[in-house]
Amino acid sequence: MRSSRLAALAAVVLAAMPVAMATAQTKLPTLRIGLAEDADALDPTLARTFVGRIVFAGLCDKLFDIDAKLGIVPQLATGYEWTDSRTLVMTLRPGVTFHDGTPMDAAAVKYSLERHLTMAGSRRRSEIDAIDHVEVAAPLSVRVVLKSANAPFLAQLTDRAGMIVSPKAAEAAGKDFERHPVCAGPFSFTERVAQDRIVLDRFPGYWNADAIKVGRVIYQPITDNAVRLANLQAGALDLAERFLPSDVEAIRKDAKLRLFVTPGLGTVYLEANIANGTRPRTPMMTDARVRKAFELALDRQAISQVVYNGLWTPVAQAVTPASPYYAADVPPPGRDVARAKALLAEAGLKPPVAVDLMTSNAPDVRQVGEVIQSMAGEAGFDVKLRAVEFVSALDASTNGDYEMFLIAWSGRVDPDGNLYSFFHSGAPLNDMRYADKEADGWLEAARATTDVAARKALYDKIAVRLERDLPEIQLYAPKWIVATTAKVSGFTPVPDGIIRLQGVTVAP
Amino acid sequence: VTGRLGLRLAQVVPTLLLVSVLVFCLQQLMPGDPALALAGEDRDPAVIEQIRHTLWLDRSLPVQYLHWLGNVLRGDLGWSWRIREPVAALVLAKLPVTGQLAVMAFTFAVAIGVPAGVVSAVLRDSVWDHLANAIGLAGLSTPNFWLGIMMILLISVHLGWLPPSGYVSLAEDWRQSLATTVMPAFVLGNGIAAVLMRHTRSAMLIALGQDYVRTARAKGVAELGVIVRHALRNALVPVVTLGALELGTLLSGAVLTEQVFSIPGFGKLIVDAVFNRDYPVVQGVVLVTATVYVLLNLLADVLYVLINPRMRAA
Repeated sequence: MRSSRLAALAAVVLAAMPVAMATAQTKLPTLRIGLAEDADALDPTLARTFVGRIVFAGLCDKLFDIDAKLGIVPQLATGYEWTDSRTLVMTLRPGVTFHDGTPMDAAAVKYSLERHLTMAGSRRRSEIDAIDHVEVAAPLSVRVVLKSANAPFLAQLTDRAGMIVSPKAAEAAGKDFERHPVCAGPFSFTERVAQDRIVLDRFPGYWNADAIKVGRVIYQPITDNAVRLANLQAGALDLAERFLPSDVEAIRKDAKLRLFVTPGLGTVYLEANIANGTRPRTPMMTDARVRKAFELALDRQAISQVVYNGLWTPVAQAVTPASPYYAADVPPPGRDVARAKALLAEAGLKPPVAVDLMTSNAPDVRQVGEVIQSMAGEAGFDVKLRAVEFVSALDASTNGDYEMFLIAWSGRVDPDGNLYSFFHSGAPLNDMRYADKEADGWLEAARATTDVAARKALYDKIAVRLERDLPEIQLYAPKWIVATTAKVSGFTPVPDGIIRLQGVTVAP
Repeated sequence: VTGRLGLRLAQVVPTLLLVSVLVFCLQQLMPGDPALALAGEDRDPAVIEQIRHTLWLDRSLPVQYLHWLGNVLRGDLGWSWRIREPVAALVLAKLPVTGQLAVMAFTFAVAIGVPAGVVSAVLRDSVWDHLANAIGLAGLSTPNFWLGIMMILLISVHLGWLPPSGYVSLAEDWRQSLATTVMPAFVLGNGIAAVLMRHTRSAMLIALGQDYVRTARAKGVAELGVIVRHALRNALVPVVTLGALELGTLLSGAVLTEQVFSIPGFGKLIVDAVFNRDYPVVQGVVLVTATVYVLLNLLADVLYVLINPRMRAA
């Protein structure tokens, strides 16, 4: 009698267990993230915005990821080997499934990489066009053969180009895939209301499910900075990204908030039009001494202090101190008005030297322009500021309709992403039309070797050359300012500014 | 009457055509290449070329216009380049949001403006009159975005009474919906309340001086009855006309308010579209707005004829 009761009790307990587990699953907290803008297409092949990458961190795992020190770490791939300078063999993690239950295997990786390469409108093509072809070596092994040796290629796989989509879902959805993306990330897509919210739910079949401690993530675009902060203070958000240095004081003072300031990978710089377009050539365009004089007229620390509360780090190169490839021998020079004036005289110029400086019309950027105008004025430059709406400014920059342009680059993990496209003659972002045969050679050589020390030596040489020629006057490296409420724990910032959800939880 | 109405209807089509041509040409004057805006930070030349081709940006302007117009005539307003959804679906989704905001804002404006105007007129030159005038002036001169942020800080951050921003639809949860829209509606209605207050006050002052008011008082009608039934009813005629005009202002005012409170409405849709060079959305939204205005105008004409018998003979 007694044993049958026990058995019945055990049966009830056992029967109730899945229910209890399911309840525990549904009871996991929701994480509400405030974004500075709305994401674009939620298809890793088509996506082009920074903010979209934040959403993808919840949705789509990549072959590799980067850690806080910019080291390349395994994600969907567990390891890699360069069998020769052109052949990369990746071993895939076993037992990984997409949100639709289909297996993530070598065939899926081949499919995704080829989709990035060939799909109409792909924004990934230029990132991985080093690929010659992709082969399935074994069910969990992929061989990527490149057209030529390309060291930065691996770093591309730590971002959208390394995101693997479900071939079955992608084929079935066709052009609609971006509205129902299916990947192998920690959360699956639930709903999107344009300009309002993107909702993702925890994927129970995630390979690293133990690290996921929230049941749902809601991304809400709130463009106004003050309103985004107010939402965080009022507890309507748990985490919000890209605050301004002017918000830091308020966040620090608020006991209910936690502040995370992380050095980034991008820089802000003055781009000098050297040979682009039909604009009449000026000394600023043709004479590096004039650009050097302009640089010496500026006090980078003071600009950072006035406009960004001293938070942005002064730099004189396109690679930031967050990167192991930062050239320590190229520090930002201090302000030297006397030398600046001497250089202008040496170049045969009599002050005032007129300079046309184009900026975007964002308030902080305009303010930087004004500080530069006043500093350069003391060294004999007559700076005319031209604040233009950003897309129009980009247009002018592409077409060479500018003399100097104050602009920023968000930065890439591999230094090649901050250098090659800008300074190699004929590269797509080289709006300055800077051309130096030696620098071209070093940039190519740094691509061709995977030896870290050899690459570092080459990038050091490039930094010195660019500081001599000054096609760009690098000013400072911004930081990522993220804040959470005190209820959030487990958030680890990374220099790429992407909000990873592994380990993040919200206390009730 | 039918002929007249037919004539007015016939005028609608060329008006809308003209509007569409104007919008099409105006946005071509906007500097900045949309393909560049859509290509992303890497600005891959192949991608830019491909975008130009798929979006017909590599054709001549008249060809682009006729292509768009042909689609519109087939009931297709095109696809948003950035949000990547059909423009018609976006417009249909966003219109009720702004509509709710406008109706609530207008309710606030009437509920505050009309009684304040009446009190101010009846108690002319009293403390209440001066107070109402001061509040009205403040309402007129306070920028929406400033008032919005101040209210968020006070009511949401410090007092924690209402959610600071966002939107929940009435169908989803009506209580939450009202909670998310009450602050923006107040901000939006505030300026109009001030206008209504001042007009009600002056209309009431005129009405209170009329013979029929004196007669009503002489007949022994209670003062409240005189004010509400005799003076206010007559004073409201110009106020109602003005109110209807202000309803249009509400739709344009919603642009800023929606931005501050992150409400995914019509205003936010068009602002984001202009900044992102999302031409199909700009064109679609302007066309729909113009159609609504033209049809409302037509409706007003028809009503006018129905109400005023003298117009029928004309």
